[in-house]
Amino acid sequence: MSALPTIFALSSGAPPAGVGLIRVSGPGAGAALQALAGRMPEPRRASLAKLRDAQGALLDAALVLWFPGPNSATGEDLAEFHCHGGRAVIAAVERALAALPGLRRAEPGEFTRRAFANGRIDLAEAEGLGDLLAAETELQRAAALANAGGALSRQVEAWREKVLALSAEVEGVLDFSDEEDAADLPECFTWNIAALAGELREWLARPRSERLGEGFRVVLAGPPNAGKSTLFNALVESEAAITSPIAGTTRDVIERAVAIGGVPFTFVDTAGLREGESGDAVEAIGIDRAKGELSRADLVLWLGPEGAGPQDAWEIAAQADRADFAPKTTAHFTLSAATGKGVGALKAALLDVARDALPRPGEAALNARQHARLSEATEALEGAKALSDPLLVAEELRRARLAFDRLIGRATTEDMLDTLFGRFCIGK
Amino acid sequence: MHQFDVLVIGGGHAGVEAACAAARMGARTGLVSFDLAAIGAMSCNPAIGGLGKGHLVREVDALDGVIGRAADAGAIHYRMLNRSKGSAVWGPRVQADRVRFKAAVQAMVRAQPNLALVEGEAAALVLKGGAVAGLELADGTILEAGRVILCTGTFLGGVLFRGEERVEGGRIGENAAKRLAQQLRGADLPMARLKTGTPPRLDGRTIDWAVLEEQPSDGEGWTMSPLTLARMNPQVFCAITRTTQAGHDVIRANLDRSPLFSGAIAAAGPRYCPSIEDKIHRFGDREGHQVFLEPEGLDTHMVYPNGISTSLPVDVQETVVRTMPGCARVEIVQPGYAVEYDHIDPRALTPDLQVRAIPGLYCAGQINGTTGYEEAAAQGLVAGLEAAAAALGKAAPRLDRANAYIAVMVDDLTLQGVTEPYRMLTARAEYRLRLRANNAATRLTGLGIEAGCVGEERRAWWERREELRAMFHVKHSERVHSRDLADLGLPVRRDHGEKPLAEWLRFDGVTPEALAPWLGELTACDPGLAEEMAEDAAYAPYLARQDAELRDLRASEALPLPADFPYAQVPGLSNEMVERLTSAAPGTLAAAGRVPGVTPAALSALLVHARRLADGQRAA
Repeated sequence: MSALPTIFALSSGAPPAGVGLIRVSGPGAGAALQALAGRMPEPRRASLAKLRDAQGALLDAALVLWFPGPNSATGEDLAEFHCHGGRAVIAAVERALAALPGLRRAEPGEFTRRAFANGRIDLAEAEGLGDLLAAETELQRAAALANAGGALSRQVEAWREKVLALSAEVEGVLDFSDEEDAADLPECFTWNIAALAGELREWLARPRSERLGEGFRVVLAGPPNAGKSTLFNALVESEAAITSPIAGTTRDVIERAVAIGGVPFTFVDTAGLREGESGDAVEAIGIDRAKGELSRADLVLWLGPEGAGPQDAWEIAAQADRADFAPKTTAHFTLSAATGKGVGALKAALLDVARDALPRPGEAALNARQHARLSEATEALEGAKALSDPLLVAEELRRARLAFDRLIGRATTEDMLDTLFGRFCIGK
Repeated sequence: MHQFDVLVIGGGHAGVEAACAAARMGARTGLVSFDLAAIGAMSCNPAIGGLGKGHLVREVDALDGVIGRAADAGAIHYRMLNRSKGSAVWGPRVQADRVRFKAAVQAMVRAQPNLALVEGEAAALVLKGGAVAGLELADGTILEAGRVILCTGTFLGGVLFRGEERVEGGRIGENAAKRLAQQLRGADLPMARLKTGTPPRLDGRTIDWAVLEEQPSDGEGWTMSPLTLARMNPQVFCAITRTTQAGHDVIRANLDRSPLFSGAIAAAGPRYCPSIEDKIHRFGDREGHQVFLEPEGLDTHMVYPNGISTSLPVDVQETVVRTMPGCARVEIVQPGYAVEYDHIDPRALTPDLQVRAIPGLYCAGQINGTTGYEEAAAQGLVAGLEAAAAALGKAAPRLDRANAYIAVMVDDLTLQGVTEPYRMLTARAEYRLRLRANNAATRLTGLGIEAGCVGEERRAWWERREELRAMFHVKHSERVHSRDLADLGLPVRRDHGEKPLAEWLRFDGVTPEALAPWLGELTACDPGLAEEMAEDAAYAPYLARQDAELRDLRASEALPLPADFPYAQVPGLSNEMVERLTSAAPGTLAAAGRVPGVTPAALSALLVHARRLADGQRAA
């Protein structure tokens, strides 16, 4: 039986940077610290050390920290080297670590995996950490941080406690009614279940966390030469491009993901819509795709003739700088992408509406898996609410508890483990 | 005959079931008791069954055990608890005449082939190479057996408490018990202490029954065992009285004289069956607590006041019972007392109730930290079946949490241990909708027949019943239009369309009786089965939903964790997890998930490691 290898990795961003944080986790972390720093620092206290390689060559003067397991982020012995952030320094320290016996470079996500395997974080927190590492915008980061910090887990724990209390009342009626003269469920019992189900419904109605990854989807539509592409460019240029997690398929639309004010957007420029004017099959396909885009959109900016756009689209009176400009009476915005006039106001308005449609900063948001489990719990509670036989009420409450357990990874079923393996590849 | 396959020590409820089950399996079995005349004695409450407990009785009976038929033989009062709730939580309960119950047990024990009764005191285990090889009696006789089942109740350091009085010692002779106890302690078995108590027994002739609310035996014809064709004894009524404020004041004034409060008893008692002083102390605001006055038999005046177990001094007990309505002049025949005793931490046992540290030694009943006849009987059955199966190279019936309360209990005990005397509750069974007291035979008798622990009489009964079941299935699949049901006055909408009868049975007000035009005489052939199958139909949507859960459960049960599983070598398991898993030694991954405090992360680490080990073994 071989011991678990000790892993190391640069945890901070790519060099060069001000500081490069290299973490070492595993049974050999202490020895690694001793080898490089030449001494063991006091646990959980930062101190300065001269790092040297095996030949005694000075690598860097760094801040070192020592966290003996299991009270560390990974649950294992953990050492941190806060080096100077230059490429050469970091490469040299990493080389020195790699040369030590039993140490190897960590795989992506491996620190999280170890923290999870050692029970330092639960499933929801681990998922939050995964999202956190993938977060590209401020809003994504805040939501992932809320989950990684256990906001969702704490909430589920609180719900679970409530259901447990309700269960206890029913079980009391089932198992003890004949022995003591406390017999029936209190009048407020059904009301309490309904209140809890209502609270869960509210959570379910909230924007999902995938929305953060996908961004708020704005589709620009209208006939050819209505100014869509100019506006598209005005909206996405100058903004920080982000890599959309949506697999890009070849289509007759151009799609660009950007962050505006920390909020992720995906802007889509469609092929011009010229319905019924041409019998060309190829163009018909392009139009079909454009229509598909319209239906997936969170918001459509309509640059075509007034009133001819999809319902709920924003009427945009574009090309205001042109001589042949045709104003709209119900225009949401009148602008000129060429001069930039009105574009800022449009962006501000988009930011407002997107903020409402996406998870709020710092508020835990549900991903698809969590949403499905929470739906199960809600259905079970709503089932319980409608039943009068305490035996079946108890069964529905048990089902709700099971759903909560699965949500935070407490249940012991293969299903939960499969989810786990799917996400973390434990045991590879 | 000094050579046995299985020896059982103790003739209480656990011992009787263990001995008879082993003998039914075909093992040469000996039942050792210091007093053969005491076999089948009910030492406490003269009632059998109840919520959760009734399920256990029916299950033991379904595997052809003794307790169900003996309970019917002694029953002088039948009551189906929880009748107003769903049938899965109905609790069949009888009050049994002690004399008749014991006589029935003894008759069954004596009639049991393969079973020899040995009168004597168990002195010590004969061990060879650390494993059981037999039993030495106090008179020096050696009985050879590779399997010994300890069903000795509270013999390990029992102390009786009544007020300031103390009485030391269990039922077995002191010296004999000491050597056996030393052997157990020498094996380094984890031990803990529990307490339990009984109420004073009253003289029924001094109770004014006329002023009390009567509780008659219920008028239905059901019995504990389906092999009992009809109720046998005259039925008596119980009465209900209450404790009063005056009585509570007396108890409060004397709390310091109760060993429970003076600190003399430190062990945990059952939360679900507190002593009356506990009730007053904890629920002081209640005006009174219900007390059931239960006659102990047809030929005795003794009455058991259920609900006032106590260890207060005799004079206080007397004053308190006389404050209850109808009891102003009542005489106490035998005062109540509390017992504190040692038990083995059942986590030291494997799921067949075998002591892990002493191969061949099994423990069943109160010694494992449980309370109640039914819990004891069910464990005795398991230990008897398992010991015999091991001795004969057979397989015991496969019980799990989804098919038997018995398995729920054994699983709870061996994985979680006990912190108070363990009593069965329906809340402990997660699949309780399918574990009904009235479908125990359906769930278990077939398994029993397969394992070889079911006798001819029950086998014949069960086979007839299975034929009927097949006929019910045919009838239940018949499609009937709502119009036809509505024409009979049943509460269904006329335009509801056509459905199989099984689905109509889910509707409120649609009963097997109401469907007589389609079921014909079938219902009359076996009303119990008709009812059971109607319930199956009613619960079907819930059961279907549980099926997915059960598939998961059985998948993780299919992954075995050997007893010597190297937890310490599993990467990522904290020391705490290693300790918990090592002491509970779960047999499967599913069981590991039920060990308290084991995290999902620990489970996933276990899963990976166990799969690797299994793969390695296959490859080797």
